[in-house]
Amino acid sequence: MNPNNYLILAAILFTIGVYGVLVRRNAIIVFMSVELMLNAANLAFVAAARNTGTLDGLVVAFFVMVVAAAEVVVGLAIIVTIFRTRRSASIDEASLMKY
Amino acid sequence: MNGESVVFWVSGTFAVAGALGMVVSKKAVHSALWVAFAMINIAVLYFTLEAPFLGTTQIIVYTGAVMMLFLFVLMIVGVDSSDSLLETIKGQRLLAALFALTFGGVVVASIASTLASPSAGLAIANAGYGGHLQAIAFLVFGQYLFAFEVLSALLITAALGAMVLAHNERWAPRKTQDQLQRERTMGNHVTPLPAPGVMARNNSVDTPALLPDGSTSIESLPNAFRGEGKVAKPNSIEEAGK
Repeated sequence: MNPNNYLILAAILFTIGVYGVLVRRNAIIVFMSVELMLNAANLAFVAAARNTGTLDGLVVAFFVMVVAAAEVVVGLAIIVTIFRTRRSASIDEASLMKY
Repeated sequence: MNGESVVFWVSGTFAVAGALGMVVSKKAVHSALWVAFAMINIAVLYFTLEAPFLGTTQIIVYTGAVMMLFLFVLMIVGVDSSDSLLETIKGQRLLAALFALTFGGVVVASIASTLASPSAGLAIANAGYGGHLQAIAFLVFGQYLFAFEVLSALLITAALGAMVLAHNERWAPRKTQDQLQRERTMGNHVTPLPAPGVMARNNSVDTPALLPDGSTSIESLPNAFRGEGKVAKPNSIEEAGK
């Protein structure tokens, strides 16, 4: 099988994540799309590691997972805080923060 | 067609289907479950990519911890928080689709046009360290030790930040035991509040208790159900029987 297929799959998943970020309004779903993009990048790292026969890609993908976990914790805490003050998780309404 | 391509085409299709399901689902809970599905399939792909450690970590960290955290927050925010799929900016969805298609098209075309050399495989790299896990451990605790330490600091900072952000300030001072006791014995209700009415056709707590004079007691309901229009009428059962 062509080893580039994995990279193409990663690109497709990343693109779906981009579309989700651009279109969806619910902050949590936008966040899930970001997670999907991180996963796609991870898949590309792992596939590239095997294609080249080196292990550094795996370590980087592992570190990306750790950073994603930290990011999810802080991001969801922010969403909960915004929800508590605005009773809404819509990203349109959070635009009022600037006033 | 060897085993790897079978797994790739099945799991790859499932992963894309999960991602698409996440984007088009109206309800946030459905989106979360679709993403979990896509992530499990990506983990399967990791196993075929000779990365069993990352595949296991993917299942534990992503589908196990991250997506469950998402579900927890969804429960806080409200399970029925569904997105209005109406466009607030005119033509946004079309432009977004156009942008995503262009972006994806460029990336996919550029990858597809590169010449693929046969995959080198990880067997030689693993053998240099005496095994796959040993190899990853050697890299994480050797060459990438500094990044690893910085990541541990990041995780602690993130945990502290989440605690600070999610911390709820107390609006009123905590009631003392004395105050609680006074409220209990000197308030309007010396006895416990009446229990919700449990009827033949409705055993849910949103049914108020019937008082001897035929009226209903709002105090028998939990606070969440005391609002207008949320209370089931006890005599609706008698009316339905007629």
